[in-house]
Amino acid sequence: MKYRLNYLQELETEAVFVIREVFAQFQHPCILFSGGKDSIVLTHLAVKAFAPGPIPFPLLHIDTGHNFQETLDFRDELAEKRAFRLVVGKVEDSIVRQTVSEEAGPNANRNRAQSITLLENMELLGFDAAMGGGRRDEEKARAKERFFSHRDAFGQWDPKNQGPEIWNLYNGRKNEGEQFRVFPISNWTELDIWEYILQEQIELPRLYFSHRRNCVKRKGSILADSPFLLPHPNDEKAELSVRFRTIGDMTISGAMESSASTVSEIIAELKEMNQSERGGRSDDFRSESSMEDRKKEGYF
Amino acid sequence: MNGTKDILRFTTAGSVDDGKSTLIGRLLYDCEQIPQDQIELVQRISERKGLTEIDLSLFTDGLKDERAQGITIDVAYRYFTTEKRKFIIADTPGHLQYTRNMVTGASTANAAIILIDARKGVLEQTRRHSFIASLLHIQHLIVCVNKMDLVDFSKAQFDQISASFLDFSAKLDIIDVQFIPISALQGDNVVHRSEKMTWFQGATLLHTLENLSVANEVNQIDFRFPVQHPIRVDEGSVQDYRAYAGQIASGIIRVGDEVQVLPGDARTTVKTIQGMNGNVTEACAPQSISIVLADEFDISRGDMIVKPTNQAEQLSQFSAMLCWMSAKPFVSAKKYVIRHTTREAKLVIKSIQYVYDLNELKRMEGIQELNMNDIARVDVQLSAPIFVDSFRKNKATGSFIIIDEQSNETVAAGMIF
Repeated sequence: MKYRLNYLQELETEAVFVIREVFAQFQHPCILFSGGKDSIVLTHLAVKAFAPGPIPFPLLHIDTGHNFQETLDFRDELAEKRAFRLVVGKVEDSIVRQTVSEEAGPNANRNRAQSITLLENMELLGFDAAMGGGRRDEEKARAKERFFSHRDAFGQWDPKNQGPEIWNLYNGRKNEGEQFRVFPISNWTELDIWEYILQEQIELPRLYFSHRRNCVKRKGSILADSPFLLPHPNDEKAELSVRFRTIGDMTISGAMESSASTVSEIIAELKEMNQSERGGRSDDFRSESSMEDRKKEGYF
Repeated sequence: MNGTKDILRFTTAGSVDDGKSTLIGRLLYDCEQIPQDQIELVQRISERKGLTEIDLSLFTDGLKDERAQGITIDVAYRYFTTEKRKFIIADTPGHLQYTRNMVTGASTANAAIILIDARKGVLEQTRRHSFIASLLHIQHLIVCVNKMDLVDFSKAQFDQISASFLDFSAKLDIIDVQFIPISALQGDNVVHRSEKMTWFQGATLLHTLENLSVANEVNQIDFRFPVQHPIRVDEGSVQDYRAYAGQIASGIIRVGDEVQVLPGDARTTVKTIQGMNGNVTEACAPQSISIVLADEFDISRGDMIVKPTNQAEQLSQFSAMLCWMSAKPFVSAKKYVIRHTTREAKLVIKSIQYVYDLNELKRMEGIQELNMNDIARVDVQLSAPIFVDSFRKNKATGSFIIIDEQSNETVAAGMIF
């Protein structure tokens, strides 16, 4: 063997180290599992971190009620097949509790609501650390995120007051009631994720691959047609061959026309294509700093 | 497969006006790593500001407050990739809390880019940044003499700045220094070779970054394995499995090797090594593995597995260099917590030998306080030994942080040498 790691091995060992630090430093950690590729890769890494034993903590999914059925099916199958402990927190339950009210207006969605449901569930279930698949290359607010990101008793992120993070000496100390968000794949880019998926042959929801779907074209973006999508006057409906680059709620996840139906084809397409990964995410477009604002409120 | 493509982590140091954001923007732009939609956005903003050319510095735009004030507050991480390497940039602000931020960015870096304005030459801050890079033992310094377009691409100016840099850097512990004359604004010698500086025989910045040797930066000689946590499995097909998970801090381990567990003198051999894809016969730093030993001991987080013939030093009293990072000054009677590898102990700072005057690069003796951004040599006493190598020989086992138990804050970064 050559005593050097290539970039995927280095990213992998770094992520596994961080996941094991979370297990060692916190009482009740969990993995935030969205059914998207990043959280699937994170879960795959957690399996490696504790092999041959099971992942010693649960996966937490915050279900907005507006998810793609494909995502939910994939989630349930994966959890059953790999015997993961899965906990689902529902935005619907927060609405019943009246801690969340539905947004009004033509672009109403439940993106912000899920921060509240997440915090409620973390408190309810006593989680003191939640690992997420957030990556620094995704968005400018994420570029400043620490691996171990402190949240106060209200779940808030204070970007101007983050502790220094030096070498790989992660400090997870906190006061009672405070929590951490931890991002083991901080240093991975979108392309790294796909190269790793290819190398490890990780299964993904079929939404990521080209398929025929009834879509709504709206202001230059393509959305999946669904009952959750409030109609706009200038909507144009069409059946298209599309795939999704990021998977969130059906109301906000932009699709792209594509014929890429394998991981290799997606990688080739990504290398050719020249658009931001979150370019199709209408939740990021509300204002220039919408991700930063949501993160301050407790979003991951 | 992805073969030999590796990662280079580098940090960029420079003040507000040196053109650091423009340089990073230029690197990303000329490497065609910026998505078209972002280019269009920045083009629109540039036009709105009345600029005729695209403002490359806008690509590294950060948080709300930073945009409002036109400054960088915190370390930001950026990524780009070429066929040869994946690059991770720790983009550190030049002015506010520069020491604390630069130490943070430099702690994981293989290389540091020091930016100098060609009109101004070597400044106090150039010396400070270079000093911190040498203190953190960054192997490669790349001095970019920027804004060459504003000095008529003058070779004499470049030579004079290079000479004056070498003059003071001779006193620092730096392994490799290279000088590149660039214009980040116009793109000269960043990714593309300059047509206006044909007198320069060296490589472009990108070519330099792609070819820096980082092979010998991980210590593959002294095996050190700080235990993160035990793994116990006793269910299903796996019965009575007991292993120790961790990331190899340095060195190489093979099945059958004799090992010793610190603290103490218990010895045994390595029975199996579990890698990321099942069992392996050998593993090297910085792989994450778990080790099964031939005999059972009571081993917990913070213990270190080494080889009996090559051990780390067990120290509970030593002197170290500290960078104080907290707004709260150091309190002399206070008991802090030290985190070294995966191990923790209580710590008191017994005395301050000297504090560095970063402007003059001189030692100041007789100072009794440590404030934010101070770099000092101190004597410490611990409640229990840690397992140490010299920072120069082994970054992973020569470095530590200090935590204030009341505030939970990381208050200092330390290096033992």
